[in-house]
Amino acid sequence: MFKKIGFKLIVAVGLTAIITIGIFSYFNIQSHSHSLLAEVERSANQLSETVKHSTRYDMLLNQRDRILKIINTIGQQPGIRDVRVLNKVGEIIYSSREEDIGKMVDKKAESCYACHAANKPLERLPIKDRTRIFRIHPDSSRVIGIISPIYNEQSCWSADCHAHSKSQIVLGVLDVTISLDEVDKQIKKGEMEIVIFAITAILALSFIIGFFVKRWVDKPVKELLNATNQVGVGNLNYTIKDKRDDEMGMLARSFNNMTKKLSEARLQLFQSDKMASLGRLAAGVAHEINNPLTGVLTYSSFLLKRTQNNPELQEDLKVIVRETKRSREIVKSLLDFARQSVPKKNEANINEIIEHAISVVENQLVIDRIKLVKNLDANIPTITVDSNQIQQVILNLLVNAHDAIDKTGGTITISSSKLSLSPYGITHIKKAICPKRHDLMDNEVKIDGMPTIKVKVKSNGEEGIINFDPVYGKSRHIYGIELDVKKEINLICPQCSSSLIEEGKKCPKCGAPIFNIEIASQGFYEGCTRKGCGWQKWDAVDTGGQKDYIEIKISDTGCGIAKEDLAKIFEPFYSTKGQKGTGLGLAVIWGIIDNHNGTINVESELNKGTTFIIRLPLILNKV
Amino acid sequence: MNKVTDILIVDDEQVVLDAVNKICSAEGYKVDQSITAEDALKKIDKNNYRLIISDIMMPEFDGFQFLEEIAKRKILSPVIMTTGYSTVENAVKSLYNGAIDFIPKPFTADELISSVSRGLKYLEIQKRLIESKNRTNDESIIYVPCPAKYFRLGYSSWAEVENTGSILIGVTDLFIKTIDSINELELLKIDDEIVQGNSCSQIKSKEGLLHYVLSPITGRIIERNEQLINETNIIEKDPYFNGWFYRVIPSDSEYEINHLIPCSSDRL
Repeated sequence: MFKKIGFKLIVAVGLTAIITIGIFSYFNIQSHSHSLLAEVERSANQLSETVKHSTRYDMLLNQRDRILKIINTIGQQPGIRDVRVLNKVGEIIYSSREEDIGKMVDKKAESCYACHAANKPLERLPIKDRTRIFRIHPDSSRVIGIISPIYNEQSCWSADCHAHSKSQIVLGVLDVTISLDEVDKQIKKGEMEIVIFAITAILALSFIIGFFVKRWVDKPVKELLNATNQVGVGNLNYTIKDKRDDEMGMLARSFNNMTKKLSEARLQLFQSDKMASLGRLAAGVAHEINNPLTGVLTYSSFLLKRTQNNPELQEDLKVIVRETKRSREIVKSLLDFARQSVPKKNEANINEIIEHAISVVENQLVIDRIKLVKNLDANIPTITVDSNQIQQVILNLLVNAHDAIDKTGGTITISSSKLSLSPYGITHIKKAICPKRHDLMDNEVKIDGMPTIKVKVKSNGEEGIINFDPVYGKSRHIYGIELDVKKEINLICPQCSSSLIEEGKKCPKCGAPIFNIEIASQGFYEGCTRKGCGWQKWDAVDTGGQKDYIEIKISDTGCGIAKEDLAKIFEPFYSTKGQKGTGLGLAVIWGIIDNHNGTINVESELNKGTTFIIRLPLILNKV
Repeated sequence: MNKVTDILIVDDEQVVLDAVNKICSAEGYKVDQSITAEDALKKIDKNNYRLIISDIMMPEFDGFQFLEEIAKRKILSPVIMTTGYSTVENAVKSLYNGAIDFIPKPFTADELISSVSRGLKYLEIQKRLIESKNRTNDESIIYVPCPAKYFRLGYSSWAEVENTGSILIGVTDLFIKTIDSINELELLKIDDEIVQGNSCSQIKSKEGLLHYVLSPITGRIIERNEQLINETNIIEKDPYFNGWFYRVIPSDSEYEINHLIPCSSDRL
């Protein structure tokens, strides 16, 4: 706790506050008590003068009783401790306390000290030196005393009593002492108030600083720390949700970007690793299976040749030969998948391929009480596909559907239809090139398994990479850099730095600069550079109008696929079947459909069922 | 005197040996078999075989080493390679190293028979060639070798790189001579992809055998010789010029041509 930045900051701010508020309070208290004392001093002086003036007439008339009365009256006022008149030799001649009258005061005593200290008495003193603050006992409260000399004047020596001679300068002194009890209380109170204010201010300041430090520093740092820990233990999918605009937010975004890049790199590595082991596996499997298959195929084809006069046997042997040949193609496709080879296409009727696939699993479906519903469009046109591969796809999907349905039975629906779709949102860009004919496709960053279009971007002195979505109309671009479209943006080829920005044209939707990338032998593909805008145009494809597809849908009423698994099902070696599967089926299927320039999508709801939708273009893209 | 047997089959799988033996015997050939390459070499030293069929993937002594040994010993018998690991590399490597054909496993009886018949024919032609060379005054041409700037895959198909970058492919005269006479030709369609070492066309001979032409190059077909389908004799008359099969846009010609044999080397 004491090592936290937040605590240290609070301590630093608190100390600064203590020092500044402390100094301020000290001087404030000082000046406060000074002004209070000055006020008391002034009023004491005034009082002395009042006493002097009010007794003056009585003095001249030597009316002692009256003088004493006045002094007594004044002396009885609250706060006034003593009012005394001393004569020249130090005898108290009047006092508000009767017992003091007639007593002699030592010239070294408190009241006389100011003038008599230097032995030879001073005659005139400034007011400051005439006042003194002292305590009568060390325990008692403070007292202020003020001495006003009573000077000789003509009326004194010419009065009837002739008490004073003309040569005297000072006739005596008036000594007024006032208790500082009330003033001291006020000073104490003021001090107290200021201390309370200082403590409150320091505490409040610390709390406010603490609050904001917690909010702006502590929380994001904690979140960041948590995120690094998560990444440390291998969870690269962890993202910091904090979306603030300050440096911490930038750090969080850059951290998220880093983990994203890292996870993509890891996935890529993982994928290529899997591909490598898949290759080795395929080689082993091919070799091991092809030898026994050779036995089956040679013997059965040999028998087929020798039994030409036995039509009954011929039929059965033909099935063996046909299916063995299919096995041969399956093993080959496994090799081809590992090697990403091209399919062997021929004109075929999708419905026939579907029927073939169904005939293989039909019996098993009946045994397991699974109802098969066929919605095949009889008027479907023929399509150029590798019928073996497509049959394998359908068979695999049927087997998957069967496996998804538990023992209580269910329904599998398979349908085929022709549909026309706008190229927008479907057409897959397979080869994008820069004006100098460099390949822009990036096999390392993929979206939905498809290589993306990689361009370099220079803006505002910064450089970064953008990976554009290879599906026309879908803008799932990956921005490796934050782009400010108001600034100058330059999109260039990563290899030769040729500009890909279309000069003088702005996005009709948002006004941002637009890029223009050539698609090999398919015209130009334009799009908005601003993240999230999504405006795109591809004249060569748009003018072609709607494209015809054959759609095959295979639905089951089985257990469904969990949302978190959906994204992974087409990855090699990903299986939810445990020991039952190799995890290769859907990966091979994906590869086959992709080789046909088609798409495969899956929709699924847990415990309700899964639907696989395959779309194959009727006229193959000539890329 | 050495006993003459028609075919020696080498494979580490007994079932393959038995199957080949059965099929070839039924066709009237005398068959001998070896379960290892070493054993096969011993047999070759003792006997004369008109044709050898060898597996590639065998423990210890593999098919390529076996092929090398046969070349070293200057044995005339043509060799057909076969393997369960039927990759393009294996096919192309076999043909580059002197095998006359490559049959991917598993194969049908017919596929084997057509390859065997070509192999035996090949030997016959080679023998005739040697004979004609010995008789200096003989002017008859046994077969026309492919033009110097062409490349060939084994002895079967040729490729010519055109100025435009496209590649013209066809079959060699020797290949046609091993088929005897063409009855029917089946070509792939425009826009189809062909793969080096994989079948790109089927030729049906008068005897009814189907012969697969292995493509010398990988690429996409942009043009095919429509004339050939109706007039198959063009191939026999002019296999290198008018008898071309396809015009192809290659996917990686520079790499693949390194695995083909330049026809200029035939004329040394």
